Amino acid sequence: MKKYGKQILGCVAAIAVYVAVTAAVNMGVMSRQMMSLIVPVCMNIMLAVSLCMVVGFLGELSLGHAAFMSIGAYAGALVLKSGLPTVAALPLAVVTGGACAAVLGLIVGIPVLRLRGDYLAITTLAFGEIIKSVFNAATPITGGAGGLKRIPPVTTYRNFTFVYVLMLIVIVLVSNLVNSRHGRAICAIRDNYIAAEAIGIKVSLFKTMAFVLAAFMAGMAGVVYAGNIGILRPGNFDYNTSIEILVMVVLGGMGNITGSIIAAALLTLLPELLRGLSNYRMLVYAIVLIAMMLFSNSPLRRMLAEKRNMRQADKIQ
Amino acid sequence: MALLNSILAQLLNGLRIGSIYALIALGYTMVYGIAKMINFAHGDIIMVGAYALYVFVSILHVPAVPAVILTIAFCALMGITIEKVAYKPLRNAQRLAVLITAIGVSYLLQNLALLIFKATPIPFGSIIKVPSIQIAGLTISGLTIVTLAVTALIMAGLTLFVNKTKIGHAMLAVSEDQGAAELMGINVNRTISITFAIGSALAAVAGILYICQYESLIPTLGAIPGIKAFVAAVLGGIGSIPGAMFGGMALGIIESMSKAYISTQLSDAIVFSVLVIVLLLKPSGILGKLSVEKV
Amino acid sequence: MKKFMKLASVACVAAMTVSATTMAAEEFKIGGIGPLTGAVASYGISVKQGAEIAVAEINEAGGVTIGDTTYEFVLDYQDDQGSEDIAPQAYNTVMDNGANVIMGAVTSGPCIAITADTFADGILQITPSGSAEDCIANDNAFRICFSDPEQGVAMADYLIDTVGISKVAVIYNTADDYSSGIKEAFEAEFAEKGGEVVASEAFQTGDQEFNTQLTTIQGTDAEAIYVPAYYQDATYITKQAADQGMELPFFGSDGWDGVLGTVTDPALVEGCIFTSPFCASVDEEKTVAFVEAYQEAYDAIPDQFAADGYDCVYTYKAAMEQAQSIESADLIAAMTEITVDGLTGTMTFDASGAPIKDVLFVTVKDGAYTFVE
Repeated sequence: MKKYGKQILGCVAAIAVYVAVTAAVNMGVMSRQMMSLIVPVCMNIMLAVSLCMVVGFLGELSLGHAAFMSIGAYAGALVLKSGLPTVAALPLAVVTGGACAAVLGLIVGIPVLRLRGDYLAITTLAFGEIIKSVFNAATPITGGAGGLKRIPPVTTYRNFTFVYVLMLIVIVLVSNLVNSRHGRAICAIRDNYIAAEAIGIKVSLFKTMAFVLAAFMAGMAGVVYAGNIGILRPGNFDYNTSIEILVMVVLGGMGNITGSIIAAALLTLLPELLRGLSNYRMLVYAIVLIAMMLFSNSPLRRMLAEKRNMRQADKIQ
Repeated sequence: MALLNSILAQLLNGLRIGSIYALIALGYTMVYGIAKMINFAHGDIIMVGAYALYVFVSILHVPAVPAVILTIAFCALMGITIEKVAYKPLRNAQRLAVLITAIGVSYLLQNLALLIFKATPIPFGSIIKVPSIQIAGLTISGLTIVTLAVTALIMAGLTLFVNKTKIGHAMLAVSEDQGAAELMGINVNRTISITFAIGSALAAVAGILYICQYESLIPTLGAIPGIKAFVAAVLGGIGSIPGAMFGGMALGIIESMSKAYISTQLSDAIVFSVLVIVLLLKPSGILGKLSVEKV
Repeated sequence: MKKFMKLASVACVAAMTVSATTMAAEEFKIGGIGPLTGAVASYGISVKQGAEIAVAEINEAGGVTIGDTTYEFVLDYQDDQGSEDIAPQAYNTVMDNGANVIMGAVTSGPCIAITADTFADGILQITPSGSAEDCIANDNAFRICFSDPEQGVAMADYLIDTVGISKVAVIYNTADDYSSGIKEAFEAEFAEKGGEVVASEAFQTGDQEFNTQLTTIQGTDAEAIYVPAYYQDATYITKQAADQGMELPFFGSDGWDGVLGTVTDPALVEGCIFTSPFCASVDEEKTVAFVEAYQEAYDAIPDQFAADGYDCVYTYKAAMEQAQSIESADLIAAMTEITVDGLTGTMTFDASGAPIKDVLFVTVKDGAYTFVE
């Protein structure tokens, strides 16, 4: 029972959220502003959880997550626009988007094997900017700066169930992976890659695997984005977008999936909740961001955490 | 001859923008070398410097030379304040935490500028008035000469400062091993503060040269030079002073040449591809030291 | 938050009833969407301020009376940060707040991102400045400004037929739909008419360095430089061209309006010609009054975005008066029947949603804008 407690809790929470959101939408108690945020929240959770695997568990800083998302979005959008019936096109788009992003993940994976730390971070950022430039120049396929338009709106909040299930798949996939043998290998690489290599963990294989998998999931999130907004422009996938996703992961407490989920939802909702402040909105957002980072690393917070640990330790005794 | 002339002209274009990148990259590199953090707000200090100069010269009517000194002092002070308030509490936290705070500071500065100075670009005439010179049919603007000279001077001064003064040695020591430096009686906090002050002062100089070059102020003006200079610092080997200088110049020239002779549309892609290739061949940048990890 | 908004609007209404004293007016809410923060904030802010002037004018003149109800205009303007990601939230926020009509979005991409929703809601949407053709693809959507191709074609014709230039260099923003949209139409028309585009140089949003592109153009036999872009870009380009000692004439798109406010020396843009329906220094009564009111309220010279916002509000008024209704369906039907005598010209709207008005050419003469004869 103890062993499965967490899973059961997760399932109950997932179902409860689903029921609550669906009920709120159908009963009309939810404002339209909030309804239009449902899909962005789900999408950002997918992005944050997938990046969490790379940054939190593999311990490599990636500033190019938006690039994987953009590849998925463009590839998926082209499938959605192909004229297939939605029932067939949507799953196909999600798989295609994910697969295309995974291929890019494999390409980016090569430098990942050679570089570490900030050098890797800037390389992923460079890849993102290269892809953005290429999308901008490839006008016949991507529509260039004008954007890829008239994408069927198949993943809006009206299609919440599909998006939600996709999100759950990502969460379950990542949390199961990190708790598996492979996941422990990945964490071992983060903690000490020399030691990991010494005990026979194939560092290259696991690093690439984590990157490709994260890319695949970001690509799926990209398809959700495309089907929600209906227009794709290369400028929306620049390094700032990657950084926004990174902020969610770090704020959630690196390597903490639940934290990433909460942070993603919170940071998506926050700018919208601040709309009443009109001109001061983004200023307050910045201050809140700094304050949250300072608080989550402050002695006060550490003290609280320690107290909680002590209490738990007492209970076990 | 015409081709040669145009190549020379494009080289000069590259050198001028490259020397501004180099100035900014020096700030990145110093802060990185000592505090081991990527200061994402560094680009916005350039913006603050540009607006500060505007306030001193156009609103408070301070003469040019004291205005420049005041601007540099203001930015240095601001650098120290930001470090004390936003970065210092996180010194022992994960390295990424402070990166995110830096991003927060960047948002904060941009939005403050937007609120105070509004979004409409503000015209601001150059305070550097040096006549341009003609060499063999090539016009070199006075500002280009000033920019190149200032960059070279700062570079030389900084190298001397780090290698010959006591504070410089302290910086090197902190960069090498913070804990050991503290045990040797070096005031780590003060050293880091000084680093931020110097880095921000350099950003202020870059901001002043930048605004004299482009003569228009917008709240987001630091974003693009900031990220380009970051790339330059990594290209040259982050943490290395000559590396930042070299990286900045190289980036400026590569950018200018690819815009002129390959494609203006893909120039960004080319610049970043060069970066990726360089890092693959030399994982710690052109002049960077490869740190050997001890087991 | 919703509660807070409700409270705020209640407070607003209360304040207005006190000031209006004699008549209890109904609210007619314009839901504005545009960037108030971010890289393109200046456009959104201009539109907002221009619209606020029009709203104040209309309310001061007694609002709009339909039957026995008088409507006061209220502008609820939400930030979309110039991003497709945020625009739907901004749109839904104004809908939550009870918008009667939609003004926006200011930039094309965000505008396109909400067209499907506005169409589904059947609400009248007029974009003051969304110039991409797709902005008005649906029947409920109209625009005030020119479309991108319209301007490019007009300038190509003007250069060849009127100015007599056949070799031109183009500098455009490859990351911006407005700029690349005009450039494509311009290049096609220019080639069609027998002209030659000798250099097509791109830049990216936010670029401040144009020396390389200008040096390249110097090496060609271009007789003029066409820059379909915004005034910030034009500011940098004209300055750096002058620094390089270039003397080629500059031609621009309507984004150039406002350039005099951002150059350090008006001589830099002296003689340049750009397509624009609005000119702040023109000696027309309406324009003078608008510029004065704008300067008093915001301490700035209005640009074309402000004029577009202003005209947009008066278009709602005209449509309301024509339809004698505030229902979107009636307003949309009335749109093709009205004539708006605005700051950006006298315009009617065709069924596609595009305005029918003359493309005018503005030049800078003696440091002030004037229409080209």
